[in-house]
Amino acid sequence: MADNPTAEMQPAAPAKRKGVKRRAFLIGGVAVVGAGLFGISIADSNAAKSAKARLESDGGHSFATWLKIGEDDSITIYSPHTDIGQGSNTGLAQMLAEELDAAWDQVRVVSAPAEPAFANVGLGRAFLADMTGQPAIINGIPQSFLSFIARQMNLQMTGGSTALRFTGRVTFQNVGAATRLALVETAAKRLDVPADELTTQDSHVIHAKSGRALRYGELAAEAATLSLDNAPKLKDPSQYRIMRQSMQRLDIPAKVDGSAQYGIDFSVPDMRVATIMAAPVRGGKLTSVDTAPALAVKGVEKVIKLDDAVAVVAKGYWPAISGLRALTPEFADGGNGGISTASIFKAQGDLMAKGDADSTAGDGDVQAGLGAKPIEAKYQVPFLHHAMMEPFALTAHFKDGKLNIWGGMQDPLASKMMAVDVSGLDADDVTFHPMMIGGSFGRRLPMYMEIVGQVTKLAMQLPYPVKLIWSREEEIVQGAYRPQSSAALKASLTKEKRITAYRNDYAQPESAESETVFPYALPAVSRRHFAHVSNQQTGAWRSVNSTQQGFYNESFMDELAHAAGEDPVVFRRNHLKAGSRHLRVLDEVAARSGWGSPLPAGRGRGVALVESFRTIVAHVIEASVGDDGMPKVHKVTTVVDAGSIVNPDAAMAQIEGGTIMGLSSAIGEAITLENGAVQQSNLADYTLLKMAGAPLVMDIHFLNSGADMGGIGEPGVPPAAPALANALFAATGKRVRNLPILTQAKA
Amino acid sequence: MAIQTSINGKPVALAAEPDTPLLWVIREELGLTGTKFGCGIAACGACTVHVNGEPTRSCSLPVSEVAGKSITTIEGLKSADGTLHAVQKAWISAQVPQCGYCQSGQIMAAVALIEKTGSPSDAQIDEAMTNICRCGTYPRIRKAIHAATGQAAKAAKPAEGAA
Repeated sequence: MADNPTAEMQPAAPAKRKGVKRRAFLIGGVAVVGAGLFGISIADSNAAKSAKARLESDGGHSFATWLKIGEDDSITIYSPHTDIGQGSNTGLAQMLAEELDAAWDQVRVVSAPAEPAFANVGLGRAFLADMTGQPAIINGIPQSFLSFIARQMNLQMTGGSTALRFTGRVTFQNVGAATRLALVETAAKRLDVPADELTTQDSHVIHAKSGRALRYGELAAEAATLSLDNAPKLKDPSQYRIMRQSMQRLDIPAKVDGSAQYGIDFSVPDMRVATIMAAPVRGGKLTSVDTAPALAVKGVEKVIKLDDAVAVVAKGYWPAISGLRALTPEFADGGNGGISTASIFKAQGDLMAKGDADSTAGDGDVQAGLGAKPIEAKYQVPFLHHAMMEPFALTAHFKDGKLNIWGGMQDPLASKMMAVDVSGLDADDVTFHPMMIGGSFGRRLPMYMEIVGQVTKLAMQLPYPVKLIWSREEEIVQGAYRPQSSAALKASLTKEKRITAYRNDYAQPESAESETVFPYALPAVSRRHFAHVSNQQTGAWRSVNSTQQGFYNESFMDELAHAAGEDPVVFRRNHLKAGSRHLRVLDEVAARSGWGSPLPAGRGRGVALVESFRTIVAHVIEASVGDDGMPKVHKVTTVVDAGSIVNPDAAMAQIEGGTIMGLSSAIGEAITLENGAVQQSNLADYTLLKMAGAPLVMDIHFLNSGADMGGIGEPGVPPAAPALANALFAATGKRVRNLPILTQAKA
Repeated sequence: MAIQTSINGKPVALAAEPDTPLLWVIREELGLTGTKFGCGIAACGACTVHVNGEPTRSCSLPVSEVAGKSITTIEGLKSADGTLHAVQKAWISAQVPQCGYCQSGQIMAAVALIEKTGSPSDAQIDEAMTNICRCGTYPRIRKAIHAATGQAAKAAKPAEGAA
């Protein structure tokens, strides 16, 4: 669906470059909405009125959908994003509160209702301006929702590191600034003074001349009746008091005392708990199941057969999973029983050897530049599972023609539309209640959320509410994995140690072009995608295609440096544009890591530099190999240029976590297939990095070049694997070309 | 027959089937949802509680085995007047949680480690803290454990130069 948005969604502007087409519906949507700066299309005044009524139903006064000011001065911000722990809601609140001159201790953030009136226009508008991006994220939006977007430009997606740089920058800062102006205008009238004599601070409008001040709370009712300026002047960063400060995250207190309520924690009276098993060979159907063994388990009430799955409904999770385990369902394999990890790698290799690429990008005459004897290397990476700590869990209740669903999603509004599709109900009869999410990393985008359809189907035929929980086993084998991928890279060098031509052939389901920024200035570069699709569902995994491409390119650059006999930092520097942001990041990480200084015996240093989501990150990793053959990461030095940072400590946490997730995947993670089915079964054999494997020293620096704000949740991931592989080469002379490293350590 | 035990200092009689893992009794019968389900095979530690003071993965412990024992969950860490435990305070100061889902288990494991060792070394932390955090908060967990025991931060450096 992603490659061909429906015909009614013609782009408003011609697509000028490859890879843009898949985002065309967003461009069309923006054209439809036009001047709808503040969250609600100006054409859709009914939606605006209903949103206002809804927010004001428990008191207070609503501004531009996203903000409510109470007469007690309380400030409530409605976030269209899901804070998955990346701190985005705190950051968004900082951006709005800064421009509003709000008293920070009065600010709270809640999830915007999953209703069209709260769709995120800012996100759509920013996609228009930002033409390199994340189509794999966009892929995760159901078909019915695409047309919905085209009509009304609704979006509540969290992904692609977009929250602050799009929603925050485009919408929330403007809402804060415009609301501040409305409050000032109201105060000027009430105090009978010129507006330019008034200042604002800590939720007060102040008239210094007369020593008078009015609280925002006492101005809100009248100010909320004014039209908001749709192009207010924003503050100069030198005036910031709330942005660029390490404000404590608003969501953290509830996460240390057990009071935070995640989707899996939801409960209503009479609720039953269900668990499910889908066809282990993806693409297969349920052929038969004897339900008796499950029904014999005390507490089991029902066994429900779906097209490709069987579910057990019980009084609690334990009888449900016990009942499910008692079953021996038969599934067809959908013709996919011959697929294995090895067969996929072979098919990918054959495609690349044949040389008939599905798409090509780059510049220059690569074939001529490569000459007769290019340097070559082949790389392979496995399917990766998201392994978010909270398994899928949603509660649904169908009663009196209305369907209610509770749980955590990366896009509550699109999830609602998915339930609308499956139930056949009107959108007005389906309500989605967003809850806190226990990790996602791309897994909870609606297109991959089979659980939305499953729980809807269960609820439609049950007389009571039902909470469907996936076991971790189900979670592991029914993933939306980062694709298994192969690459063959070639390049040639001059006597002066300069690259003449560089070719990156890679095979996987989709083109990686939109997430690939190749920073080196070379005479000829070619990236060729060979499309290979297996029976597995593949999706967006934290930083999407930047992880594979980062590993391929930064490993190969290291190989070329060694082939040229040049230091890997010097070699990279010599191929980066003078004065570029990339060069500054590289130089900074080299200086801060003590690049070139002596190391204890057995240790090596590796460097990698990857731009993703408009943020440039370089890691230098110090690593060695233990007696067990496993890599040990001693130190990571990181330099980040994300343009500017809203909350330094929260940004730091994202880079720490992203780096560790990248290391974890490089060292120990793989989903492998045999006979069409996933071989791993739980977190015992899908092995994640733990405390003992995490680097003891992480030294992270932000450059803040002032360039357009980049993402922060994802860009720490991609350079981690190549920096580690390069460090291991420096330590041992052995090149890692296949991930995870664990499999080679054992071999 | 009801199983007699004590949860967070209060005696309770549990009606669950004896083979039910303690985790599901805590979550579904007692409604204490701070203790999380992560894997069901004691691999991740999200379900960690204290049983007679020992950190225990409740997803793999049949409730019949806690008869007569004393159980503490994350909800029972605060003192009676609602003051947070020193480890919880350290978790906030270090801004440890991201998604937060594993953190109840991490905190319970850390409290048990500190009660046992006083001031754990990095090696002791590596050995005892085997709970999985997919968000990768390990450097901050280490920092918070050191801070809670009065040791200077040894792990991740504080934020700097970001303005």
